[in-house]
Amino acid sequence: MSTTQTPGQSTPSIGASIPRREDRRFITGAGRYTDDIVLPNQAYAYILRSPHAHALIRSISTDAALAAPGVVAVFTGHDVAADKVGGIPCGWLVKSKDGSNMVEPPHPMLVADRVRHVGDQVAVIIADSKAEARAAAQLVEVDYDVLPAVATLGDAITDGAATVWDQAKGNVCFDWDLGDKAAVKAAMKSAYKVIEIEVRNNRVIPNAIEPRAAIGHYDVSGDNYTLYTTSQNPHLIRLLLGAFVLGIPEHRLRVVAPDVGGGFGSKIYHYAEEAIVVWASKKIGRPVKWTAERSESFMSDAHGRDTVMKAHLAVDKEGKFLGLCVHNVANMGAYLSTFAPAIPTYLSATLMAGCYSTPAIYVEVKAVFTNTVPVDAYRGAGRPESAYLLERLVDKAARELGMDRLEIRRKNFIRKDQFPYKTPVALEYDTGDYESTLEMALQKVDYQGFSARREASKKRGKLRGIGFSTYVEACGIAPSALVGQLGARAGLYEAATVRVHPTGSVSVFTGTHSHGQGHETTFAQLVADQLGVPYDKVEIVHGDTDKIPFGMGTYGSRSLSVGGSAIVKAVDKIVAKGKKIAAHLLEASEADIEWKQGEFLVVGTNRKKSIGEIAFAAYVPHNYPIETVEPGLEESAFYDPKNFTYPAGCHVCEVEIDPDTGVVQVVEMVAADDVGVIINPMIVDGQMHGGLVQGIGQALYEEAQYDESGQLLTGSFLNYGMPRASDFPFFKVGNHVTACTHNPIGAKGVGEVGAIGCPPAVVNAVLDALAPLGVTDISMPVTPEKVWRAIESAKATH
Amino acid sequence: MIRVTLKVNKRPVSIEVEPRTLLVELLRDKLQLTGTHVGCDTSHCGACVVHVDGRSVKSCTMLAVEADGATVTTIEGLAQGGKLHPMQDAFHQHHALQCGFCTPGMIMSAVELVETRPTADEHETREWLEGNFCRCTGYHNIVKAILSCRDAMKEKSA
Repeated sequence: MSTTQTPGQSTPSIGASIPRREDRRFITGAGRYTDDIVLPNQAYAYILRSPHAHALIRSISTDAALAAPGVVAVFTGHDVAADKVGGIPCGWLVKSKDGSNMVEPPHPMLVADRVRHVGDQVAVIIADSKAEARAAAQLVEVDYDVLPAVATLGDAITDGAATVWDQAKGNVCFDWDLGDKAAVKAAMKSAYKVIEIEVRNNRVIPNAIEPRAAIGHYDVSGDNYTLYTTSQNPHLIRLLLGAFVLGIPEHRLRVVAPDVGGGFGSKIYHYAEEAIVVWASKKIGRPVKWTAERSESFMSDAHGRDTVMKAHLAVDKEGKFLGLCVHNVANMGAYLSTFAPAIPTYLSATLMAGCYSTPAIYVEVKAVFTNTVPVDAYRGAGRPESAYLLERLVDKAARELGMDRLEIRRKNFIRKDQFPYKTPVALEYDTGDYESTLEMALQKVDYQGFSARREASKKRGKLRGIGFSTYVEACGIAPSALVGQLGARAGLYEAATVRVHPTGSVSVFTGTHSHGQGHETTFAQLVADQLGVPYDKVEIVHGDTDKIPFGMGTYGSRSLSVGGSAIVKAVDKIVAKGKKIAAHLLEASEADIEWKQGEFLVVGTNRKKSIGEIAFAAYVPHNYPIETVEPGLEESAFYDPKNFTYPAGCHVCEVEIDPDTGVVQVVEMVAADDVGVIINPMIVDGQMHGGLVQGIGQALYEEAQYDESGQLLTGSFLNYGMPRASDFPFFKVGNHVTACTHNPIGAKGVGEVGAIGCPPAVVNAVLDALAPLGVTDISMPVTPEKVWRAIESAKATH
Repeated sequence: MIRVTLKVNKRPVSIEVEPRTLLVELLRDKLQLTGTHVGCDTSHCGACVVHVDGRSVKSCTMLAVEADGATVTTIEGLAQGGKLHPMQDAFHQHHALQCGFCTPGMIMSAVELVETRPTADEHETREWLEGNFCRCTGYHNIVKAILSCRDAMKEKSA
């Protein structure tokens, strides 16, 4: 770790690698995940799903299932329609170039007439046990009239393709653009050379190890509802489920996201099953639990990525970038998931400057429907797609210009003295230092020693390559007014309450949700530091809409930079109130009270009161400025970010390829990142390791594949390439910090950078290894078969 | 229904189960030992690993009736007298867990590794974890924790 942190150095809490306090329950088996919860008299739901990618439902007969042992109820789309239940809403409206709204099809929680992907929900069978519900589902007779399916992106835009939605001509959801088309055209004209590339960003399946689960409980005595769910954002689910689907006001709907076993984006969205269990609970008068089997996760959790991008980069003789034009086709799947339309547009097209000072950029995005599982944000969400395109393109430009790969990057970097830097695609980067992270990465990987390592590999019959990626991303989402203008149907601030108890311990209520990120530790470190109280006296509470004032949840690497900033704001209010109380107790004027490390001092004297004494006085206000200050010491704050944050860095991958088998082995993976100010370096490193494996997973192993009829071929761990421990070496990660300038912590965010920066480094390393054979292109995932074929076909042509 | 009699975390258990009941269902649903998790339906992920007669076993691949007469240890039974097993402590110290869902299975697998192959190196450790998926940690700190625990246990026995 080489950090250059500035704020908060005075106490050990910030910047300390404290082992996590949440570990204890997880390592002893005492964690409490949704499926661990058993409510009295709960029934079990099994969702009958469509086996077809596209079909009309002629009829459904539930009689036999209803008569099966243990069955309590069977509901279909007709019951949902009869109850006038709303559809699952989309949270983001994107408009096409011509100003028209995107095509926004209905998304019923149970489908009555026409199924649109394998896994679409057709009926729910509720029984006394899971086994009985599952067995009875076999007895539901559905008569399907199978229709031609649109299985892939390419199929969707082919002339004469089947139609997923009648209202979406040519399967187009929207056709959107950003940037200055004319300027880019001019750049292309004046260019010394135009570099062309087409890259596919492979479709991946999130596969958090905890499958999704939900328990709905309607309590007739209070006429209120509780939903336990595997969610990254319980308030968002309450809003969508309550306001849009079931029409339940907030004060009658409690959403609890207890321990959640990983999300990576897939647990952001409001899913039909959450609505089904709540609705069904009222219908049958019992709590209803649903837990996904893994095969259901594969066909019902929102997938990630799935874009095809074509790009043209105009360069001058010296390798300076003059203009970039990108045409992106993005797969939405069969329905619009919560944030889906924003991913290829506002979270991807806006990043097409990367860390380069390209003066003119134009991006078109055509979003299309297919008969596949909905696609939405997955760790990185749009930014990995941009980084992959750019870093492949920059390498290609270097190759075609005969330049060094690092030289062309350095030449085009936005320099340290250019910040704040306004890009041609709507963002303003506040800080960054791309040269330094590149240098750090080169040192860590021992770039000087690479040629010797390559020779050593060669002697063993292996091809060795090194690949680079210098990326920037935008996270810490997001300024509400800005995203509102861009079509978001929610604000993206965060909320917090800080409660200082009478004896000085502190409870912090945050609207973010921790499902592996370690907020219970990191946020306690932050508050201990800010409030000057011992770390052990601070508890972090999250995940329950009845306890937390409000919140937008955890995604887009926003928890510390947005959620943490809300906490800091609440702490500031505590301190401001404490000053008034201290002034009274110390018989001084408020202006003379100074706040320092947990103590209120009268300036220039040794008279002081600790935060504990102030808290006690606030709750036992015998000697107290009662006329002007209320008793108690609890404050809430909402923080709306002023800008996105811009983590950046350099990832370097070294691979060794066996030319006989095509097997690619990652032998070295280095990440040097600037994620802003760091609270707990050990947790930051852990986030990096996990992100890198998801990045390497996408680059080498993972792909959701559909056959031409829309059947998911990679529907289980048997045939989906999950990364395993034996696939990796130990990673080398490091940080070079430039503090974010517009939030009080200086944090940028670390959750996604591993998955964003890494894939192009891996593929560039593969291409570097294969370059001597004449291979210039390969697609993700770089499987042994693809490598072997690339080698064989290069042999045939060279 | 069939009666099975076994020891779970040193406690004698005698209970009637359906023939189709899996060991993991017995543990989670009948005995409320919810530390053992279910992460897949194809016996790949390893979130359900427990010890049966001292060997690590995926409890989703074993019928409860097959465990008749066996001694079963789950993650809840690993700490002794309130003292964490060195592997639990190593996972904590090395930040070898994030969401915690794969952790119980991962720890139970790792314990068998260090007990049966005390000289396992990094390579063998990574190979051993073939049947345990983690989506959070990139396995980096898991391998670190296991190697560190191995060393600590070696020192202790030396």
